[in-house]
Amino acid sequence: MAKKKDIAIDYSSDWNFAPAPESTAHIKLKKKYDLFIDGKFVKPKSGKYFETINPATEEKLADVAEANKADVDAAVKAARKAYDNEWSKLSGKERGKYIYRIARLIQEKAREFAVIESLDGGKPIRESRDIDIPLAAAHFFYYAGWADKLEYAFPNRKPQSLGVAGQITPWNFPMLMAAWKIAPALAAGNTVVLKPAETTPLTALKLAEIIQEAGLPDGVVNIVTGYGETGSHIVNHKDVDKIAFTGSTGVGKIIMKAIAGTNKKSTMELGGKAANIIFEDAPIDQAVEGIINGIFFNQGHVCCAGSRLYIQESVYDIVMRKLKDRMQALVVGDPMDKNTDIGAINSKKQLKVIEDYIKIGKKEGATVYQPKCAMPKKGYWVPPTLFTDVAQSNRISQEEIFGPVLAIQTFRTVSEVLAKANNTPFGLSAGVWTDKGSKIFNMTTKLNAGIVWANTFNKFDPASPFGGYKESGHGREGGLHGLEPYLKFDA
Amino acid sequence: MSRIEVLKTYKIYIGGAFPRTESGRFYQPKQKGKVIGNICLSSRKDVRNAVVAARKAQGPWANRTAYNRSQVLYRIAEILEGRKAQFVEELMTQGSTKVKAVTEVDLSIDRMIYFAGWCDKYNQIFSSVNPVSGSFFNFSSMEPTGVVGIIANQDSGLLGLVSAIAPIIAGGNSCIAIAAENLPLCAVTFAEVLATSDVPGGVVNILTGDKKELLPHFGTHKDINAVLYCDGDQKEITQLRTDAVDNLKRIVVKSEGDFESNAWENPYLIQSFQETKTTWHPIEHIAAAGSGY
Repeated sequence: MAKKKDIAIDYSSDWNFAPAPESTAHIKLKKKYDLFIDGKFVKPKSGKYFETINPATEEKLADVAEANKADVDAAVKAARKAYDNEWSKLSGKERGKYIYRIARLIQEKAREFAVIESLDGGKPIRESRDIDIPLAAAHFFYYAGWADKLEYAFPNRKPQSLGVAGQITPWNFPMLMAAWKIAPALAAGNTVVLKPAETTPLTALKLAEIIQEAGLPDGVVNIVTGYGETGSHIVNHKDVDKIAFTGSTGVGKIIMKAIAGTNKKSTMELGGKAANIIFEDAPIDQAVEGIINGIFFNQGHVCCAGSRLYIQESVYDIVMRKLKDRMQALVVGDPMDKNTDIGAINSKKQLKVIEDYIKIGKKEGATVYQPKCAMPKKGYWVPPTLFTDVAQSNRISQEEIFGPVLAIQTFRTVSEVLAKANNTPFGLSAGVWTDKGSKIFNMTTKLNAGIVWANTFNKFDPASPFGGYKESGHGREGGLHGLEPYLKFDA
Repeated sequence: MSRIEVLKTYKIYIGGAFPRTESGRFYQPKQKGKVIGNICLSSRKDVRNAVVAARKAQGPWANRTAYNRSQVLYRIAEILEGRKAQFVEELMTQGSTKVKAVTEVDLSIDRMIYFAGWCDKYNQIFSSVNPVSGSFFNFSSMEPTGVVGIIANQDSGLLGLVSAIAPIIAGGNSCIAIAAENLPLCAVTFAEVLATSDVPGGVVNILTGDKKELLPHFGTHKDINAVLYCDGDQKEITQLRTDAVDNLKRIVVKSEGDFESNAWENPYLIQSFQETKTTWHPIEHIAAAGSGY
């Protein structure tokens, strides 16, 4: 723990915010959610339901159907029928208009979506309101416009849809990931069976209601909820032409093995362990904001989180002082409070994972720092955490923790930091902070990662391709490049 | 007086040198019952040595200017043209007719020229400036995947090999190719062309031997980033894809055997071994400059 004099301002005692809770009064949640198959909500053949809870209060929000093999089969059949009879026969222009409708409906109901996203997943309302939901709408809006312009995206190649896309999304950005998956798939002319994560199914099910409201032909989008087993039924279904998965590298590898003997196309957005590199000539205050945003955004539940920080030795002391000051100012707690910076950890399971890694870090000999902060009694919480005295070989600097835990190392030269930054099986993202343009481009071209942020971090946009090198996966989502994984070509 | 012909020793090509296989083994492919040579039966260790050489060469090769890579590929074509007669002869030794052999060598030269031309162009075709909603300059461009294994087509000793190697090295990757098992002569001679064409050692490595034996070592090697498989054996493809999962290497299967068609002459073969990198940078907004991207 830092001594009081290390910190310029003690926000926990000198500076308190009055609560500013977002109202939950206007949202409409059902007690029980069924599966969305062939345009209707249907009871699961499995007969089983599971609970989804609010990780900030541990209170139940709703019961959600668990799809078994027969349910998934019904969903795939509906998607195939919709593909053969309706969606593949529709012109790109008409497809696009349906997708525009979805975008608009999300915008109209944005506040409700944001509140449900924060209730179900634990993320601060400020993030779900300003980032997740607006970006989800923007993704549909962006890809809607591509639906009738595919020939221009891939000239002379005769782009054609694949058929039925099976999509499996994670719990860190439930609504946004559903948008990343569904929007390009539909624009390219495919139909969809999507399985949201079991801890955060509600916004995807609300999206199903919007899809009904938008009047999409029955079966074009099917949403089946459940655990990993439900996902495996999608992966292994013979009539699925494509698998798009966002999640851990471990599960991604299981999926790749499962489809090795098939001709299913795949997109894999997997784990990461991004290096965030601070040079001595960086704008330090902005860099500190970038570090905070890099690792504490969405409780660190971000595959591209800047979880390895490399600080040039000459500015180590000042960066650390400012970083600790800034961490002290972070508000941890009620996700529904508009002042909250760090919300609840998504699930009990993930809380255990993060706590175990913090123990591992200490055991490996690294020095832990956590600011003083009061946390609610109920729910799942981890204070913002950083480790110094970290070795490159430590597990906390090699493995993805997926929580608000930062591993800090120092460096002296460009070649040293490049070697350290690239010494990982992952290659999703990286960050560089310096005021020197030529240094930026030296770094951005030599970092082995699919997204490189220079003097910024954790920025996303529907027009910007996202995806990894090496074991962070393959294929891109977003932008023109994000259409290709949903198409086949003559040449 | 008849002269005793000097026979050629066919060796493998690793890191710009021509060693024999470390295993000391050989095999004897035949043509019409006649042995056409004592060919190196490469081993797992040869694959691993070749990967080390390829890894070392890849970064510097990718860092060459695109214009320079283009000239090196063009140079390969020039040297190939100069040794045309030798290739025709070897193709005939491997069972080709004269007419077919001449066509195959001509097409191989032209294919190399075709991809030489792409070196400094494909990135313009596949890159983009992305209009993000915010004050950022955001662009996506291509970077080579890294070290690529090639399982060459088994029925086309020269053209099949050249068609696989050219797009991969044009894109800044390095590679390790297994030549067609029973048509290895011109693959080795092609290595001699590469060695005298300004291609840095290790950018292309060529092994001869038993495809079945070597394939698993390509699939499981942790420092190979991608494999181009140019055959149609479904069992091998499944095995390769399964092995590849461990380090998530990219597997590209191209079973088309018609090397004269444009299935083998397009920039998408280059793109298959490229990764898309997206870079973000803020755009300053101080005062009203009045212009921007």
